[in-house]
Parts: sequence; C-alpha cells; structure tokens
Amino acid sequence: MDELDGNEAAGLLQEVFGREMTVAAATCASCGTVAPIGEGRLYTGGPGTVIRCRTCVAVLVVITQVRGRYCVDLMGIRALDMPPGNMAPGGA
Amino acid sequence: MEGTAVPGRLTWQVATVTAVTQETPSVRTIGLGVPSWPGHRAGQHLDVRLTAEDGYSAERSYSIASAAGEPVAITVERLADGEVSPYLTEDLQVGDQLEIRGPVGGYFVWETADGGPLLLVGGGSGIVPLRAILRQREHSGSDVPVKLLYSARALSELIYRDELDGYHYGVEITYTLTREQPAGWTGYARRVDRALLAEIAWPAGKDPLAYVCGPTNFVETVAGALVALGYEPGRVKTERFGGTGGR
Amino acid sequence: MSPISHGFHRRHTVPDGAADRVPPGQYLTDGFPVLSAGPTPHTPLAEWTFSVRRGPLTLKSWTWQEFQELPAETVTVDIHCVTRWSKLDTEWRGVSVDTLLDQVEHDAGYVMAFSDGGYTTDLPLADVTGGKARVAFSYGDAPLKPEHGGPARLLVPHLYFWKSAKWVRGLELMDEDKPGFWETYGYNMYGDPWKEQRYQGD
Repeated sequence: MDELDGNEAAGLLQEVFGREMTVAAATCASCGTVAPIGEGRLYTGGPGTVIRCRTCVAVLVVITQVRGRYCVDLMGIRALDMPPGNMAPGGA
Repeated sequence: MEGTAVPGRLTWQVATVTAVTQETPSVRTIGLGVPSWPGHRAGQHLDVRLTAEDGYSAERSYSIASAAGEPVAITVERLADGEVSPYLTEDLQVGDQLEIRGPVGGYFVWETADGGPLLLVGGGSGIVPLRAILRQREHSGSDVPVKLLYSARALSELIYRDELDGYHYGVEITYTLTREQPAGWTGYARRVDRALLAEIAWPAGKDPLAYVCGPTNFVETVAGALVALGYEPGRVKTERFGGTGGR
Repeated sequence: MSPISHGFHRRHTVPDGAADRVPPGQYLTDGFPVLSAGPTPHTPLAEWTFSVRRGPLTLKSWTWQEFQELPAETVTVDIHCVTRWSKLDTEWRGVSVDTLLDQVEHDAGYVMAFSDGGYTTDLPLADVTGGKARVAFSYGDAPLKPEHGGPARLLVPHLYFWKSAKWVRGLELMDEDKPGFWETYGYNMYGDPWKEQRYQGD
C-alpha cells in the first residue's frame, strides 16, 4: 500500500477549517519537527483520516465524521503557523 | 443557487463534462464546466465524487491539468484495479455530470511570483500538475527557466508529449523511459536516481525551486536525492500519488 | 441530491442466498481493501511477543515460537468494515483467545487490544471469549501479509472490523470499558454491525 501525503486531504481540511491548511506549518508535539501539513504522512479511507509526522510518525491530526459532524483532534501538533490570506479557494 | 457563497468554504458542486481527450491508451483529459468555479492555481487539485444508483459513493482526488484562468480540466490515468478511474477514462461522456469539490491545495502550487529557476520532476501521471505549472508559466509570459524531468515506462505512456515538445524558450525537457525504449533511443533508460539528477538538475547554488510529483516511492527517492544534492528542503515540494489500486 | 453517475457501480458479486449475510448499510466486495491509521510495522518474528497485561504487569507472554506451538484452528467467517464493505467466506487460521486467556487468572470485564504502531481497540471480555475471537496468523492458505495485519492480528468477526486489531501484540485486562483509538474519535464502543452501531450513540 502506498502512503500518500497531506495534499490529498486538502479538500477535507478546507471543509473542516474553512481555509487552505496544507501550507500551515505544524510543529510535531513529539519530536519538534516543523513541516507543512501537506508533507505529512496521510492515512485515509478507513474509519477516519490520520496525518502523521513525516519524521517521527507520531499522530498530528485525526479527523472523523460522525453523523455529519467533524471530530477533530490536533493534540499531536504543538504549534500551528499559518500564512495570512489563503482565504479564497482560487484567488491569489 | 450559488456554489461557494462563503469565501474559503468548500462545497460539492455539479460539474458537466465538456470535452474528453484521449492522451494515451489509458489516460484521458476531461474538461469540466463548473457553474460557480472560483478559479484555480497551477498545482491545485479537485476531489471527484461518484454516486451509483444504489447510493454507493466513491471519492478520489485528481490534479488540475490547466493553468489559472483556463477552463478546468483533469487528466486521469486508468488503473487496472481501480474503481473510479475505469469509469472516468472509459464510461464518462461529454454531457455527463460529476460532483466535484475544489479547487483544493495550497502547498503544491506555483504562481508566477514564486519565481525559480524551476525543477519539475514527474513520474507517470505525476506530470499532470507539472504540466499545469508549465502552462501557467507560458500564459503569464514568465521567463523563469525550467528544467523538466519526466519518467515514464515507455514512449507510448508519455502524456502531453506533443505539447511538451512544443516548449522551447527557457524550458529544457529530459525524458527517461524505464521499461522499454524505441529503436534508436539515445535518452535515459532507467529510473530516476541521484546520479541522473546530478546530471540534469539545476545546481543547488542557483537556489532552485523543485516540484516533485508521482508515486510515493518515486517522490521519496527524488526528494531525498535533491536534498542530498544540496537543495533547500523547504524548496522541494512534493505530492505523492497513490500506487496500486488507490484510485 | 447527488447526481447519479450513470454506469458507475461498485465492484461486487452477491452469491445466491447471501443477501441475509450482509448487515444493513453494507456492500459486498471482491477485493480486500487495505485501510489503516498508520504505517505498516515490520516487527521481526524473533522480537515478536504476544502479552496479556494488567496495568504495567505482564501476566503472561508468548514468543512467536511458543505461539506457533499453541493449538490453532481454521475458520471461515464473514467480515464487515465500518466503511461499508463486507467480505464473505474469508478463511483464517489462528489461536483462540480462550486458549490464551485460560492460561491467566483474572477477573477483568474488558480488554484493550494493543498493536505495534500504537493502535488500540476495546472489547468486552465476553466478546473475545467463548470461541468468538482469535489471534490469526494466516489468511487464505498463506501467512498473513503485513498490509493485512501480519504477522498476527486479532480476528473478531461478529463486530465491525476495526475491532480486529492489525499487528496485535497483546491484550490489556481492564475492569471498566475505556475507548481505544477510533472509539475516542466517535466510533461506537461495541460495534455490532447487525445493529449498525457505527458511532457513539448508535
């Protein structure tokens, strides 16, 4: 099974957070690596979506959808830095 | 009814197939008419959702093959054991409808202002977002120099060959055919490795911006090699496509 | 209302008389989808153990060698994933959890199955005993492949398949039920496919 990266979850993340999230820089709470969410290791298609740190494999994000509501866990992220703007889906 | 009434809020929209172009025997480009399309950037993708008559649904993501300002199009490769790709590459016809969500993605995006020099490395259908980037550069009149390395199994599997061969100014394209080569082929005939990249990629000293897209193993090998060649990790952008059976 | 994609259909076959073997909301699959929450671990067999724990205390542990010497059985069962695919007549070989727990004295009411990579899932003791559960190491007539949970996974076919923990390394005995990985994120603590207990509150 080939492992994908956070890019494939861009649609889900944008639905959940209301903005583009793959460029957001996440600091892994386990190992301290800082990397864009788009670079994370993505596990999806199962009961939920899991994004893991590319360096140490610790869980960064878990998203499930329960009866139409999103359950989101970001506890694996110590800090999240997002560039300003990026609000419009296609605009500059 | 408006599609995306709130900026940033994504919703599923109904798109209509406006054109289909057979690129290779197993690859098709699908042009889409989307009533409330907000515009997209080169490198972004969109999510597709198919619903069967019994309510079963499947979702997949496909890179957008066109530049900002061009009509939306996706290029889909038929995977042998795929569930969605055989439908999109064989059954779907002009006039049919699809649900799509997008555009999505912000990490694997190139805008003219991002500059270069650009190194684009694609494996198989990983060429799709890179082609969007090339079109973006062309349409914006950018003179950023580009080197494209495109790995495919055979000549017959190269997507957009004629279009790529049409780029001359500031675009240098290298192909490598890994499984079979035509008689008289003098180009590369092996999988992309560090030695190959060392020969054709921009030297790290030029502070290049790299986009690497394709199957996971391909991306890992190439990205690792570029960093080993001195590329700034933050300037090596990666997008991994599923391998077998993913789509 | 989603537009119907004419001609699109899932890959499946429904054997004669099988309709009553498919729980509500499920579809049959010919394949065997590979879904997980993390990378496939590759623990060498020389380092593999299966343990029964109570808190920090290991009550009993088996090496791979010792595990292979336990009585094993072959079963053919239907399996149901909460993502809506079901697969009929899957054949597995494994050691019954009864065989393992019979070697331990305890009064626990629940277990937490734990796996390489950190995955966990909770089950009532009654649902892993009485012949209802196995630690399976073969699928079809081959050793269980890593992407499907090999070298060994828990097999509890009467519940949704997220309870059949891949890469299982042991059971932790508990007095009270506690949520495992997916249960923490909203999935049902029990998971009976025939009652469609997918989420908390179902």
